[in-house]
Amino acid sequence: MLQDKDRIFTNLYGRHDAGLEAAKRRGAWNGTADILAMGPEWIIDQVKASGLRGRGGAGFPTGLKWSFMPKEVKDRPHYLVVNADESEPGTCKDRDIMRHDPHLFIEGCLVASFAMKAHACYIYIRGEYVDERIALQKAIDEAYAAGLVGRNACGTGFDFDVYVHHGAGAYICGEETALLESLEGKKGQPRLKPPFPAGAGLYGCPTTVNNVESIAVCPTIIRRGAEWFASMGREKNAGTKVFCISGHVNRPCNVEEEMSIPLRQLIEEHCGGVRGGWDNLKAVIPGGSSVPMLPREICDNVLMDFDALRDVQSGLGTAAVIVMDKTTDVVRAIARIAYFYKHESCGQCTPCREGTGWMWRVLSRMAEGNAETSEIDKLLDVAGQVEGHTICALGDAAAWPIQGLIRHFRHEIEDRINAYRSDRGGVSMAGVAAE
Amino acid sequence: MAVRRPAKDQPASFEWTPENAAWCAAQMKKYPAGRQASCVIPFLWRGQKQDGWISIPMMEAIAEQLSMPYIRVYEVASFYTMFNLAPVGERFVQVCGTTPCMLRGANSLKDVCKRVIGPENRVTDDGKLSWLEVECLGACVNAPMIQVSTRDSDHYYEDLTPEILEDMLAAFRAGEAVKAGTANPQRHTSDPEGDDTTLMDPSLYDGSRARPIGKLPNSDTKPAAG
Repeated sequence: MLQDKDRIFTNLYGRHDAGLEAAKRRGAWNGTADILAMGPEWIIDQVKASGLRGRGGAGFPTGLKWSFMPKEVKDRPHYLVVNADESEPGTCKDRDIMRHDPHLFIEGCLVASFAMKAHACYIYIRGEYVDERIALQKAIDEAYAAGLVGRNACGTGFDFDVYVHHGAGAYICGEETALLESLEGKKGQPRLKPPFPAGAGLYGCPTTVNNVESIAVCPTIIRRGAEWFASMGREKNAGTKVFCISGHVNRPCNVEEEMSIPLRQLIEEHCGGVRGGWDNLKAVIPGGSSVPMLPREICDNVLMDFDALRDVQSGLGTAAVIVMDKTTDVVRAIARIAYFYKHESCGQCTPCREGTGWMWRVLSRMAEGNAETSEIDKLLDVAGQVEGHTICALGDAAAWPIQGLIRHFRHEIEDRINAYRSDRGGVSMAGVAAE
Repeated sequence: MAVRRPAKDQPASFEWTPENAAWCAAQMKKYPAGRQASCVIPFLWRGQKQDGWISIPMMEAIAEQLSMPYIRVYEVASFYTMFNLAPVGERFVQVCGTTPCMLRGANSLKDVCKRVIGPENRVTDDGKLSWLEVECLGACVNAPMIQVSTRDSDHYYEDLTPEILEDMLAAFRAGEAVKAGTANPQRHTSDPEGDDTTLMDPSLYDGSRARPIGKLPNSDTKPAAG
């Protein structure tokens, strides 16, 4: 178990003052000017050496992403855009960082922007996080007043502005190019890539989009040393991670833990265990609603990191652990997730626009049992047609939970269908269209 | 996709209050010259706070203010689901219904809203309340939860039960203030109920972390070439 001394977010629960002076006492803004004095290349090297992988879901190496930016600023300015559009069901970690540890985050914005030669940073926060937006703006105002950001930030001669921008309720704006569209004042519909944002991002300028947690951990990584961060977690899965554990546990909570912690240990040590005991566990969605669920027998031993979860055909995603005990109707739980994706599809690509609604309707019938068993394979086929055939990953994210459900709980859907029929004297469903 | 259309009854005109007009002018400075369209979401949100909902005259005024074709503003207003295209109650109750909240009882919160307020998106006769099921609000470890929007605030109310929500709705109707955040007396924010399992080491908070670092780790290594 991770020791407190190795936790980065020391005010995760807001038990202490989030203001500048208190944040400084906890170590924020300590030696920031010295970090900047080492130069952009050195900073990127440290982040690369730490093994930090992006905390927004995809797990792409952060330092490598930074190195894709042009080395010199030419005719177009560089931008850092921070993705604070935290909307993946199950996930509520960036919220705590922004309301309780905003100074670590703002300091991270400065360090990352400096490393990428960006003089302006936009933080795109989801529209619903109004109180969090106010808290973050308050911290930014403090940082400006103290000369930590703004002209001659931290006395380094580097001019740096950080702005808070907000959305208005669209999950899709968590996709980086949809976020950029939204920030430019348009509907949040993802762009085709290439060009990638590092070539043409915000306003057509070189841009890097990073998650809040990825940015907020960087100053501490540099202060403590890349090898300190790399020493935690398994190889290629370095560091600490804020986990969000929701659903059927005795004490749901956010907690910063070491990467690669066993799922069972995470739940039992920090969340008081599964409601009704570990044997009452039915399934876990380990990384936010987009990733396939795992049945109990996999949960017994699986580790919480990118590679271990990929090996069991799921993913770490945002590390949002959604726990379901044996009282759960898993078909209905996934049908509700399917409704979410139907609601949040931006409508740009046909497979997603039509497929998410179709999958939701069929799954809802299956939750009643009002379906044919042959439709299970048809549903799987449609999910496969949506997956990988859309501009962005929302199509994949809509397909994966359904694929996970059928992979592990097909028997439950079949039983439901059979029970529905026997209740009606064994009559097969007649004349109902696929949806 | 969510299909959203503007209200049938529209006001004749829209005007910013002087305070909001000044706020708008300040917002424009956040974006580079010629990129004022970036203000469209913040302006629509401010307009919604001013009038309670977004009318067609408001969209037209914002389009003119930002030198955008009207249809581009309409497109944005109808795309983003937090924009109310019709009036809502003085306290607009948004119940998170997505799976993490559903697992912890969101459906019973919806039942309370149906019983006490009425059907979704219908404002009570006294104008005080309306409600809507919304998608994940990002407070999943404090499920089930709601967001309540008024003209000047948008607070989260977390760790609810049907009984707590029912009392809360009565208080809202009476115009009383209700404490935002968790309703569980054993919790502070996103911490586990009862005793914490982490962040108890006093040395994190005694100022020792603010001591000058001196020499940064790896500061004698040179950056890799290129």
